[in-house]
Amino acid sequence: MTTATLEMQRWIRFTPLQRLSRFAVFFAMAAAIAWALKTIEIIPEFLYDAPEQVVDMATRMWPIDWDHFWPAVWPALVETMHMSAMATILGLMMGIPVGFLAARNATPFLWVNLIAKFILVATRSISTLIWALFFVAMFGPGPLAGALAIAFHSIGFIGKMFSEAVEESNKGSIEALQATGATRMQQIIMGYWPQVLPTFWSVALFRWDINVRESAVLGLVGAGGIGMALNAAIDLIQWQRVALILLTIFIVVILIETIVTQIRKKVI
Amino acid sequence: MSVASLAEKSDVTRSDFFAPSLKKRLAYVAVFAYLVYAAATLGLSLDRIEKGVGYGVRFLAGFFPPNFTETDIIPGLLESLQIAFLSSLIGTALAIPIAILAARNLMPPWVSWLARLLIIFCRSFHPVIVAIIAVKAVGFGALAGIIALTFASIGFVGKLLSEAIEEISKKQIEAVRATGASFMNVIAYGVVPQVMNRFIGFVAYETDSNLRNSTMVGVVGAGGIGGTLFSAFQRFDYNFVAGIIICIIGLVMIGEVLQIYVKRVFR
Amino acid sequence: MSTLSIKHLVKEYVPGKPVLKDISLDIEGRGITAIIGPSGTGKSTLIRCVNRLIDPTAGEILFEGQDLAKLSGQPLREARRRIGMVFQEYNLVERLTVMENVLSGRLGYMNAWSAWRRKFDESDIQKAFALLTRVGLADFANRRADELSGGQRQRVGIARAVMQSPGLLLADEPTSSLDPKTSVEIMEVMRDLAAENNIPVMINIHQVDLGKRYAQRVIGMSGGLVVYDGAPDGLDADILKTIYGGQDWLAT
Repeated sequence: MTTATLEMQRWIRFTPLQRLSRFAVFFAMAAAIAWALKTIEIIPEFLYDAPEQVVDMATRMWPIDWDHFWPAVWPALVETMHMSAMATILGLMMGIPVGFLAARNATPFLWVNLIAKFILVATRSISTLIWALFFVAMFGPGPLAGALAIAFHSIGFIGKMFSEAVEESNKGSIEALQATGATRMQQIIMGYWPQVLPTFWSVALFRWDINVRESAVLGLVGAGGIGMALNAAIDLIQWQRVALILLTIFIVVILIETIVTQIRKKVI
Repeated sequence: MSVASLAEKSDVTRSDFFAPSLKKRLAYVAVFAYLVYAAATLGLSLDRIEKGVGYGVRFLAGFFPPNFTETDIIPGLLESLQIAFLSSLIGTALAIPIAILAARNLMPPWVSWLARLLIIFCRSFHPVIVAIIAVKAVGFGALAGIIALTFASIGFVGKLLSEAIEEISKKQIEAVRATGASFMNVIAYGVVPQVMNRFIGFVAYETDSNLRNSTMVGVVGAGGIGGTLFSAFQRFDYNFVAGIIICIIGLVMIGEVLQIYVKRVFR
Repeated sequence: MSTLSIKHLVKEYVPGKPVLKDISLDIEGRGITAIIGPSGTGKSTLIRCVNRLIDPTAGEILFEGQDLAKLSGQPLREARRRIGMVFQEYNLVERLTVMENVLSGRLGYMNAWSAWRRKFDESDIQKAFALLTRVGLADFANRRADELSGGQRQRVGIARAVMQSPGLLLADEPTSSLDPKTSVEIMEVMRDLAAENNIPVMINIHQVDLGKRYAQRVIGMSGGLVVYDGAPDGLDADILKTIYGGQDWLAT
């Protein structure tokens, strides 16, 4: 192999600009972490105490208070399931239109897009717990507030997933419909909707799975569901009931996940 | 043969092509019936809606003008940011090895089974619930929040990353192994290039999720702006509530913009 | 002394039904040895047993003073880096660049940290460039592997294998995914590179004419056993019938 005349080549993996940007990002992240570590308030005594506390709590949780299940936990669980189902359906009903409004190709009016996008970000940023605070103040404590809270919070995700799916859909089929003189509504129904249908099922199942988890928690602020039973047990310092409720939540979540995975395989 | 005469002669009817599927119809009816039933169980009545909307309007009035001037806002927001950063960092760092252990195509079954169990465990509980337990263990404050969100991160990134690893092409890995590369080198050259893009997407999503959650765990005492918000609520200080909410939305929006930039640099 | 010495190799995927029944052969220091035979007769299994991508059931595989069949862990890895392999579907890491793929031939010699940081020796980088130039892909060095055509990818695969400075080059149906013209090009690249670098080649191929044309020695397998071992000229119609069975396909 006579390669003596070959020039020494430099192997460049990243261009200088790329290297600079990568370095800038790493540096910013490192700075943020350093700041966070420095300024966080951690009381060392609590930290050393922690294992003891956890063991203490674990021993108090045993044996699990099974008797509490049928009278208190089961009705709360049923309520939770209704809450999450309603919330998913309502969330889809509200989120899908907003998603379409936020998609640049379905709704060519820029200011409508921006407002819709803002709605999506805003509803998502306000966590379900905070929405629940509102709705409890508006409608009184109970699962209605909880369902609405989860529904409104879901608008952000559902809308975002849908707007992305719509923006990625095939332009050609829409153009063809336009050429036949179809109205915007007709374009949506016959053009976009069939293409985003897989997303619909994927999002609906995903959201239902998450919503069940969320609805377990809202009871802490009075918005119904199994969270209220949990809150009551914590307030009364009945750790064995807490253990029961936590176990119930765990099992329900796993069940829903399995069901969702099975449905996914069949539908998608 | 004109189209019109063809149409006359044919004997297909509408129902040949658009036959209403009985199953589908039943499904729609079932869903509708369920909606009505569930609404009733939840106590959704017209009267209640009316009252609620009435309250709601009064509420919204109470939001204006939003009040930012209380000195509590900045420390609370900063603490939420801290919680979000640290839990994302620690959570992702832990999630990577756990996801590798959980990948059924890389590990023997008993190892991957254990790791997946761990991931499922981390995912099943809402961060707020974990926060409650963490508060009991380490007391009120940001540490509880970090612990809670770290668990959530491990669960989230761990699951998505292990699924991504399980979907990679075996062939590319086989070739790297054949050169005599060590396990770590196989991961670096065979696995990482195939999952890197998706990984960055997960981490971005997860940081966003942690940022939002960090505003919530304060409600149970685990630090961050959630606590400030909760007490403002209970004081009926809705102007302040509005101010906090606007800040939270702003924070999340900034986070989104930063994400887009970071993704572009690394993809 | 032969480079590779296989003694009584047996492989059973299902107990009692061996795919490789009793294979013994020696590979000498230079030239191409082609292994031909019908599908399912164990050619690919044989090749993959050599570098232990598949574990043999019984037998010895002697290479550079060690029995590969008995190695595991670090010694196995050290042995593997002395054996280069070219795959039927190229098996490049698609998201990495051509350069990174070629340099991955050196991974057996690097620790995890240097590998991650891409801190290859300067001499390795020069050698990689030289190899790429030799196979005509110098301009593609920074392109992603999935931007290349099949023939180009296989050339990168060959460069990667030669990058290991191996004592033996294995090739598992390297031309099966390529069109006839590109197949010839690839065979020539392999022959030339192996000759220039003094590497014996063991190639598993189902296109008999390519095997005859480029190999110095042909091994015919049938039913898990070696039924022919000699010069390409000796492959007359009778022998091919023994190997492949049936006469129809011979009448081309």
